[in-house]
Amino acid sequence: MVHFTAEDKAAITGAWKKANVEEAGRESLGRLLVVYPRTQGFFHSFGNLSSASAIMDNPKVKAHDKVLTSSGEALKNIDDLKSTFAPLSELHCDKLHVDPENFKILGNVLLIVLAKHLGEEFTPEVTGWQKLAAGVAKALAYKYH
Amino acid sequence: MVLSSDDKANVKAVWSKIGSHGAEYGAEALARMFLSFPTTKTYFHHFDLSPGSAQVKAHGKKVADALTNAANHLDDLPNALSALSDLHAHKLRVDPVNFKFLSHCLLVTLAAHHSAELTPAAHASLDKFLATVSTVLTSKYR
Repeated sequence: MVHFTAEDKAAITGAWKKANVEEAGRESLGRLLVVYPRTQGFFHSFGNLSSASAIMDNPKVKAHDKVLTSSGEALKNIDDLKSTFAPLSELHCDKLHVDPENFKILGNVLLIVLAKHLGEEFTPEVTGWQKLAAGVAKALAYKYH
Repeated sequence: MVLSSDDKANVKAVWSKIGSHGAEYGAEALARMFLSFPTTKTYFHHFDLSPGSAQVKAHGKKVADALTNAANHLDDLPNALSALSDLHAHKLRVDPVNFKFLSHCLLVTLAAHHSAELTPAAHASLDKFLATVSTVLTSKYR
């Protein structure tokens, strides 16, 4: 289980306030589809994903910011991510059929987007976000069967 | 996995923007990796890993120089990286998973310092480049 120190939690909530979270979420999803085209298979209904600009401008991609806003919930229950994400875990297994490896990839893309937004403030010592991404990925895989 | 001509152009463009900061970014990527992925420290138990370590700085420069060499030989990476490939296979024997950790930390470092350059397309090209380098470095393992 991931252990968050007080510094981790402060860094996470601090960055959450600074970065535009909805925008980071939309950008992360777009970049996931551009950098790892194999993930496009999960988004058949999104329409035109034929190029990097088509993906980043696609209105359905932009509207899918639920990915990050659900992470807002994670912050309120950071010490019990498994319970918080249990319903989403079941959804991703039973309905969406997403291989949990993809949660790690999306988490890493989110880290890169956050680094882009926070710039030099995102020092190596700020490890809270990497831990959070790993914790959420694990929690989302937890109910798989 | 093949680097397209667009990928090659993107990699070269980002590399020219990095300029003389390569060593600094290499060291920062290593620092990020040791902090975020502590298992990677097992390969550096003989190093001083405290912040600002001269050994980490020197090693960051080695990593950056190797990547610059790779960026200048995109059409022939196996040859350009042959010596390093031998080193990693026969001497260092770094588990392949760790190349992903370092590649990720390099991208995070670039994103923090060059957000404008790291467009989605450039991000994709760099990711492919680092993955290709990693594959070459582990190609002689067995």
